[in-house]
Amino acid sequence: MQARKKYVLLGLCACCWLVLFYWGGGVQLRLLRLLTRQRGEVVRPWPNWTDRAFLPRYAHLDELQTDPGTAESPRQRRQAWSAIYKDSRCRMETCFDFSRCRRRGREGFRVYIYPSEKNDHVSESYRKILTSIAESRYYTSDPREACLFVLGIDTLDRDQLSGQFVPNVDERIRGYPLWNDGRNHLIFNLYSGTWPNYTEDLGFNIGQAILAKASLNTEHFRPGFDVSIPLFSKDHPQKGGERGWLVRNTIPPRRKYLLMFKGKRYLTGIGSDTRNALHHIHNGKDIVSLTTCRHGKDWEKHKDARCDHDNLEYERFDYQELLHNSTFCLVPRGRRLGSFRFLESLQAACIPVLLSNGWELPFSDVIQWNQAVIEGDERLLLQVPSTVRAVGNERVLALRQRTQMLWEAYFSSVDKIVLTTLEIIKDRVFSHISRNKYMWNSLPGGLLVLPEYSTHLAHFPFYYLGLGISPGQEFTAVIHAVSPLVSQSQPIMKLLQVVSKSKYCSQPGPDNIRLYIARFTVVFLSQTTSRFLPHVAIETEAVLSLDEDTVLLTSEVNFAFLVWRSFPERIVGYPPRSHFWDPLKRAWGYTSKWTNDYSIILTGAAFYHRYYHYLFSHYLPQSLRTLVDRTSNCEDILMNFLVSAVTHLPPIKVAQRKQYKELPSPQGTKSVPWANPEHFNQRQECVNTFANWFGYMPLVHSQFRLDPVLFKDQVSVLRKKYKDLERA
Amino acid sequence: MYPSGKYSSRGPALIPRMKTKHRIYYITLFSVVLLGLIATGMFQFWPHSIESTADWTLDKRSVHDAPLVRLPVSSPIPERGDLSCRMHTCFDVYRCGYNPKNRIKVYIYPLQRFVDDLGVPISSTGLSREYNDLLSAISDSDFYTDDVTRACLFIPSIDVLNQNSLRIRETAQALAMLPRWDKGMNHLLFNMLPGGPPDYNTALDVPRDRALLAGGGFSTWTYRQGYDVSIPVYSPLSADVELPERQPGPRRYFILSSQTAIHREYRAELERLKEENGEALLLLDKCSNLSQGAASARKRCYKGQVYDYPQILQESSFCVVLRGARLGQAALSDVLQAGCVPVILADSYILPFSEVLDWKRASVVIPEEKLSEMYTILKSIPHRQVEEMQRQARWFWEAYFSSMKAIGLTTLQIINDRIYPYAARTYEQWNNPPVVKWSSVNSPLFLPLIPPRAPGFTAVVLTYDRVESLFRVITEISKVPSLAKLLVVWNNQNKSPPEESLWPKIGVPLKVVRTKENKLSNRFFPYDEIETEAVLAIDDDIIMLTSDELQFGYEVWREFPDRLVGYPGRLHLWDHEMGKWKYESEWTNEVSMVLTGAAFYHKYFNYLYTYKMPGDIKNWVDAHMNCEDIAMNFLVANITGKAPIKVTPRKKFKCPECTAIDGLSLDQTHMVERSECINKFASVFGTMPLKVVEHRADPVLYKDDFPEKLKSFPNIGSL
Repeated sequence: MQARKKYVLLGLCACCWLVLFYWGGGVQLRLLRLLTRQRGEVVRPWPNWTDRAFLPRYAHLDELQTDPGTAESPRQRRQAWSAIYKDSRCRMETCFDFSRCRRRGREGFRVYIYPSEKNDHVSESYRKILTSIAESRYYTSDPREACLFVLGIDTLDRDQLSGQFVPNVDERIRGYPLWNDGRNHLIFNLYSGTWPNYTEDLGFNIGQAILAKASLNTEHFRPGFDVSIPLFSKDHPQKGGERGWLVRNTIPPRRKYLLMFKGKRYLTGIGSDTRNALHHIHNGKDIVSLTTCRHGKDWEKHKDARCDHDNLEYERFDYQELLHNSTFCLVPRGRRLGSFRFLESLQAACIPVLLSNGWELPFSDVIQWNQAVIEGDERLLLQVPSTVRAVGNERVLALRQRTQMLWEAYFSSVDKIVLTTLEIIKDRVFSHISRNKYMWNSLPGGLLVLPEYSTHLAHFPFYYLGLGISPGQEFTAVIHAVSPLVSQSQPIMKLLQVVSKSKYCSQPGPDNIRLYIARFTVVFLSQTTSRFLPHVAIETEAVLSLDEDTVLLTSEVNFAFLVWRSFPERIVGYPPRSHFWDPLKRAWGYTSKWTNDYSIILTGAAFYHRYYHYLFSHYLPQSLRTLVDRTSNCEDILMNFLVSAVTHLPPIKVAQRKQYKELPSPQGTKSVPWANPEHFNQRQECVNTFANWFGYMPLVHSQFRLDPVLFKDQVSVLRKKYKDLERA
Repeated sequence: MYPSGKYSSRGPALIPRMKTKHRIYYITLFSVVLLGLIATGMFQFWPHSIESTADWTLDKRSVHDAPLVRLPVSSPIPERGDLSCRMHTCFDVYRCGYNPKNRIKVYIYPLQRFVDDLGVPISSTGLSREYNDLLSAISDSDFYTDDVTRACLFIPSIDVLNQNSLRIRETAQALAMLPRWDKGMNHLLFNMLPGGPPDYNTALDVPRDRALLAGGGFSTWTYRQGYDVSIPVYSPLSADVELPERQPGPRRYFILSSQTAIHREYRAELERLKEENGEALLLLDKCSNLSQGAASARKRCYKGQVYDYPQILQESSFCVVLRGARLGQAALSDVLQAGCVPVILADSYILPFSEVLDWKRASVVIPEEKLSEMYTILKSIPHRQVEEMQRQARWFWEAYFSSMKAIGLTTLQIINDRIYPYAARTYEQWNNPPVVKWSSVNSPLFLPLIPPRAPGFTAVVLTYDRVESLFRVITEISKVPSLAKLLVVWNNQNKSPPEESLWPKIGVPLKVVRTKENKLSNRFFPYDEIETEAVLAIDDDIIMLTSDELQFGYEVWREFPDRLVGYPGRLHLWDHEMGKWKYESEWTNEVSMVLTGAAFYHKYFNYLYTYKMPGDIKNWVDAHMNCEDIAMNFLVANITGKAPIKVTPRKKFKCPECTAIDGLSLDQTHMVERSECINKFASVFGTMPLKVVEHRADPVLYKDDFPEKLKSFPNIGSL
């Protein structure tokens, strides 16, 4: 009996267990989980519901396709919008008058600057901004054709305590007949608000004007409307600007210090939360974070126990030295969100570690900052050391190079900052002819990529590698002819034969070529720069630019073209020239002597990408092109300046059978311009004028020449592909 | 343990009634049961099997089994979303913390069925199939955690994808009831159809405190940049209809409009465009004479002619996506799937995932006002660009639109990138379709720099025991002006290097590194002793290179710091007969490799060779004691996409003493082995990265008729 009971009991137990096992899985599981983990709530991944196939759709297809629609007319809605979305809710579509940008049926982006009044004091920085606009290709002096207006009143410093503060702005701008509640106006500002709150209010009503402001807060930033600009000092150069400090990529890419900061410590007030904590991460070894209390008039009043010790330590290190020798640089907020040190560390290739919550980074619309800086969080200051330590060598290498790329593309001069601002606005106005993010974020940067030329990446010489494609297999020869065609024995006829024999030349037959000359001669007679016009007939990526009296061989052309395909962003050609710095004259010199290096390739015989035609005609200012046309000289030097400014690299010289133009001209009658000393002096001057416009000397020297692999080697001629090049 | 359970349950019935035996049976039975229990327990507790356990225990559960929660009328309602919320104000980063994997942890609330006081559910649909797919995908992903205390982001299981099916107030109350709601901090809601009649707000109307919103159809006024995520409106059609990828190219129609509920003002505008441009445009509308139901969603009509939707989208280059009452349209997804370039006319619309996706490369956005100019604008786009856009559109759909899983995980990745910005995915990773990712290169040394001459280069000489030859090499190299340091890698473990006093006296520091193993890869190790960027790898028997030749090589390297700059060049060729690659050492007109017996390169490539060489190439080279130079050429060409630079006429390394070595080089077996190397490496790299060029670098005045005295590099050597 006992046993039976036991059996029954056991059987029951087993049954219970089974029941539990089969149907009470959840309970059992929960029970087991409860046993294993004391803490935590009910834990389980998302179940595979048995009836998941029967769950309803989130919306019926009809509901998705047959939009409910509204009775309201879209046109009316758009009008209503501009009434609702004003001021702090401005967007391009509600606060910007697009019709102003397409006057006379032509689309044009023109910027007008209000004349400044006599007694106006304009700060150095604002003067530079205005100069940049006035010298840009978008400037107009006629307000009727303007799309964008810039005030003559200095609005950079809106700190009421500052000496640069301009009072009564409100009243004055209301007096402007074109003000129109700020529509299509662009207002520049670097500082706003004052002690103690440093609000972002400018002290006057900007209405519907676009704000280009430093230290913008994401909260006040009107996305797609305002432009955040970097804070720059009054010493920031107008043009050109210093290059970044990175001259070589050392491996491992670490510098003496890992992370550095040297700056003020705020004991009270806005921004003090972060600044007051920075000393915590200082370890005196690889992390140097130095703060001083010694700033402001009454610092000693607020001074605390740390101050004296900190001040001593502070003096021990030199800021510039730290900039050079640190891998990462802390860029914490000051009283305002942005600070000078952002641009300083960017230039110094010291990767900025941002501690400035809510800062809308400069040109954030277009620049991918996470590829160049470490965006920290003020709340996580103490995590910063471990975060930067965890950044791998490869990433440091990439971040560092990226800082340099951005610095040189957008920040190194006031010109670049202002132009970037204008280009961003222009891209918004003509959104279907605008740059994509890739153009903005890869070399050579957005300012040198003109979307009017094309919006297709493959049409530019810079992106072949990044897109995994290679340049086209054909070229177009553009011959610059000035003398009338009278006989079949002219050098140009020989040249035409030679070039058209090249298998890479894209013109189909000799008939066609004749047609081309006819057209080109007419066009080119007028002006020297017109040889670089982006003519529609140039359909290939490669252009072979020739003078009518150039003497070339087909194999020379073929070889040079193959070399160009390896270096599509550079000029590849034959006759080299060089520039040098003349310390006596304190000016640039130009030489055509045979030297061991060169920096210019004459465009009388050179390959380059057709995009440079477009850049030459649309990017360079009218003044330089006029100079070239007036003197009928220097167009080749200007082209070399342009290409080197874009690539930062020298042109490439390739092997040539004979020295270009060293032979007397066959006719012998025509005066040879380059024999003329006047001609030479002009070229000297040109070099200096161009360097002046660029703001620096973009030309770079090179010491090598590219020859065919077996060039002049003592091997059988039969082996050689380019044997013609070696014939005397 | 499943069968054991069964067995134990049947056990008692089979046991005979014998007192002596039943004790044994009893014990056996008991132990079987016990074992079964233990086994079950083991299985349950075993960490790896938790999920599978859950599968078979929870599989049997229906959505209707989810616990019912009654909402009291007076339960609190969250505040309306705060428009000023940003990650640094409304998001608690401390929950995410520092994390070596840089990955956020996401918790999903268990499903509950919320009903109001009267027992009416808060939503007419409850959990939808799409939201269930989304949550399952997240719970299967790396982001998921079941530990609520470790979670950084919380996802409610309350389905708010479609606002139409929701009772706003009650849904809000249900959200506030969630145990970890805490003012919506770190909570993420997914919504695709926001707003309701008559004004159709562009963001979900449910009050939600500080919760993040992944919404389809944001306008610039409701979208909190850097906080919310703009997501697509999922089109269920994409799951039902398979549209094979079409090759990009011109299609039958230029512009297609397939939406059915277009405002009459816009339709009039489109009609006008059609009149002007004729056949290039196709304007479709709802079919009036078809029976209602699912079929009507799959058909479109034009003047009585019936077209299949969405198949017809594949017949057009551009497809119009106009806004309706809502900004976000499911049609966008269909259009992308068809590889048709969307022409988006929806002012102020925040495009899906616009934080990371570059829509300018996949779509055309035209202001509504300019609808009449659409044709002209689209015609101005180059053909090749249209093709690229078609490809890009299709890729966006595949990667980010095609399923709820894609949408959900993309959203989480975007939030992840914000929290760990230093580990964020790059523009290329987000935007390049696989075919471009595969063929493009992003060189790690992308900045165009010509490093200064002054730091010079470090010569690294790999040697085994040829001391005499080594000393000659050292003496020769020391004459090169830009030499900064000499590093001898002593690869012989059995023999010590000669005493210090025996080494040649040279003007630069000389260091000897002893290696642990005799491996070829030791020559490419990034030794700390190498302090310059430029490295000259040189064999211990290369004495024929002149000082001018070496100095010139260094100067050329400065202009190409991202390439291999070497002397004798080699070539790879495709052998048509054998159908494989062949190594060529003949003196040809082309070059695709340079020998590293003497070559300049950036120290970074040492680092890459040692730590990032793909596959087993490094070990293979060490095992075969050959082809390290070919491997280096492959590595550099693969990562930079550029050819090496051969300098000077030098064709071979020959020296009086080492004819034997040269003989070996010419040896047939040696050539066969090197050909094999090329084939092996090409298969490991998955492609042939080597680039063939026909040029070499010579000094500017090389062999020119010019006084030798005035040339920088007069003694450039011979073959």
